[in-house]
Amino acid sequence: MKRRVLITGLGALTPVGNSVREAWEGICSGRSGIGPITKFDCSAHETKIAGEIKNFDPLIHVNKKELRRYDDFIVYALAAADMAMQDAALSIGAEQAERAGVIIGSAIGGLPTLEKEKENILRAGPRRISPFAIPAALANLAAGHVSIRYNLKGPINCPVTACASGTYAIGDAFRMIAWDYADVMVAGGVEAVVCPLAVGAFNAMRALSKRNDEPEKASRPFDTDRDGFVLSEGCGLVILEEYHHALNRGAKVYAELAGYGITSDAFHMAAPPPGHEGAVRCMNAALRDAAMGPEVIDYVNAHGTSTPLNDIYEAEAIHTVFGNHVSRLLVSSTKSMTGHMLGGAGGVETVFAAMAIEESIVPPTINLHKPDPAAGALDFVPNTARKKDVRTVMSNTFGFGGVNAVLILKKFEP
Amino acid sequence: MTLEAKVIDLIMEQLGVTREECVPEASFVDDLGADSLDIVELIMEMEENFGIQISDDELDKIRTIQDVIDFLKTKGVK
Repeated sequence: MKRRVLITGLGALTPVGNSVREAWEGICSGRSGIGPITKFDCSAHETKIAGEIKNFDPLIHVNKKELRRYDDFIVYALAAADMAMQDAALSIGAEQAERAGVIIGSAIGGLPTLEKEKENILRAGPRRISPFAIPAALANLAAGHVSIRYNLKGPINCPVTACASGTYAIGDAFRMIAWDYADVMVAGGVEAVVCPLAVGAFNAMRALSKRNDEPEKASRPFDTDRDGFVLSEGCGLVILEEYHHALNRGAKVYAELAGYGITSDAFHMAAPPPGHEGAVRCMNAALRDAAMGPEVIDYVNAHGTSTPLNDIYEAEAIHTVFGNHVSRLLVSSTKSMTGHMLGGAGGVETVFAAMAIEESIVPPTINLHKPDPAAGALDFVPNTARKKDVRTVMSNTFGFGGVNAVLILKKFEP
Repeated sequence: MTLEAKVIDLIMEQLGVTREECVPEASFVDDLGADSLDIVELIMEMEENFGIQISDDELDKIRTIQDVIDFLKTKGVK
């Protein structure tokens, strides 16, 4: 018998705000977090905009020595974990440690560290490589450092499934608790690759928006004038708890995790298949896992990257899954404001899904002025958030390699 | 600036410790909380700053701040 799993804490660091409250209020007021790249000299790059973390003081979360040793993605994960654990009012004692774990996904881990160390080799030879290069670069070290800080001795993992990594992390952590491998899991995704190599490489794929003179308008999912995604950094983590564990300690409950689906396109290394049949199967798998029909879903937080292909194929997949129910369904892409945090996206978007249920607000898709006719008739909540009693949310993420992951959250009812 | 002061500044920066903790007999592992990777990084900084090379055998013999200063002096660093 599967055990019930509740969301009892949230933590987020995003281009729109450095806490869940600040990010959520920004998202609901339609504020973009995209601006000019400041983390490196991008004058030779085609794309000169990104969603960077701004006005963040890392020394609240790590000391100077840690800051020098850790890649940014590790620092961001520790910051979000501090916020989420505090929000959940949770501390893990010795007797609980083996029943508490952490799964934090990341698409590319410490790429900026590798890039910098390669520069060290070229400048001064291999003897100048930092002994911290590998532990700063390994993607699983976000989870590793969070486990050390919070004494989490149970299951640990790091799904590296591109732009779906954060969703895989939360879904896999959900199963750890449901199947009785753990009672508490810290889970989500993180990314911090606003660096010359990542921007240049995504540019080489023709994947990024080049709307450099209007950064706040660059991420425009489902709009006819979209021209690619905007690379962003950030982290979103949730605290998952087994039902009785949460209720016995009187925890605040944001929502219940109801379903999780994962599928593979088995089609192409980067492009989705026409009609995105992999996403269709994935949404259906999550609905089956939640024992729900499509007609009970109120809101879909779409993958909605603002790339030409993803958005029309995802829209087509939503039509396939939901049929006539699309007339009552709200669909929005918060990436219109955060940009695309790659592995962090699924984590942050699950935080937003929980907040939509908690506060009965559906966040908008901004920059949506000319909906792509190829997306068909869907209510994308254009430009302005909407008040709605949200009882169920589906959160979609799809990634390179043909990976798809979908979560379903529902309002908690004891 | 004396060699001692330069070394202590580097140690404070690299290990995130205070000047008060950096007494000559302070052990990197036992007193300053360093692990083996910290020491490797610290030695790399010394090599870079003082233009010397330190072999792994020599590194193994370094346990305290005084060991570092003595070693640098044998290498002719002033």
